[in-house]
Amino acid sequence: MERLEDGEVSPYLVGELKVGDKVELRGPIGGYFVWRAGEDRPLLLVAGGSGVVPLMAMLRHRATASHKAPARLLYSSRTLADVIYREEIDRLVTANDGLAVYHTLTREKPKDWIGYTRRIDAAMVQEVAWPKMQQPAVFVCGPTPFVEAAADLLVGLDYEAQRIKTERFGATGGVGG
Amino acid sequence: MQTSEMKLDGNAIAGLLGEIFAVEMTSAQGTCASCGAVNEVGRVDVYIHAPGTVVRCPDCEQVLMRIVRGRGRYWLDLTGVRCLELAED
Repeated sequence: MERLEDGEVSPYLVGELKVGDKVELRGPIGGYFVWRAGEDRPLLLVAGGSGVVPLMAMLRHRATASHKAPARLLYSSRTLADVIYREEIDRLVTANDGLAVYHTLTREKPKDWIGYTRRIDAAMVQEVAWPKMQQPAVFVCGPTPFVEAAADLLVGLDYEAQRIKTERFGATGGVGG
Repeated sequence: MQTSEMKLDGNAIAGLLGEIFAVEMTSAQGTCASCGAVNEVGRVDVYIHAPGTVVRCPDCEQVLMRIVRGRGRYWLDLTGVRCLELAED
């Protein structure tokens, strides 16, 4: 757990919470950032760092659904070690059921790495995103600067802003997760 | 940290709104009283670092809602919202 000085939750979890303390969890809450399998439109997911978490829930939901719209995940992490759910994502891709995953690493280039090694940019989005005419369902989740950058790039592809669903979790030290 | 980096969105107040309203609010559509833009609550701008929560229109940045909770009560200022459109459960 990384403590963010201006964070809402992490200073409490890192500094205050003790083993044995009782924690009350609530949720899941919210009906906006939700995707339901059964849609014919292709799915485009864009994740910055731990923003992959709600998107992974969508991919798990998709994996168990009988009707699978084609899906692409563009996932930006700092280093390979920071990639959350790496093995599970690899497994989902191996199922060969119409899911493609594109990783980008912003702070290292491991040996033999064939993914991207830069922050998300227009060329990357152009290569990964579905053409606008396919009217993809789009979900972007990550730190605020990442989400703003990704949403701007998608609008640059002529995606309608209203069609791009975003979820921000505040700043966590820069674009790229 | 810059103000722009402190911006969250309506998803961040799903729980708070869930305490106040009986129906799911992030997929409700709000009409901005200032510019008339219609946005789902999930995609509006939210600032939680103010005293209370300030919700702004993503199109014109005017205040849509202010929500304050304290001493066992809620104060809800909806001056900036002309209309809320909600789905039946």
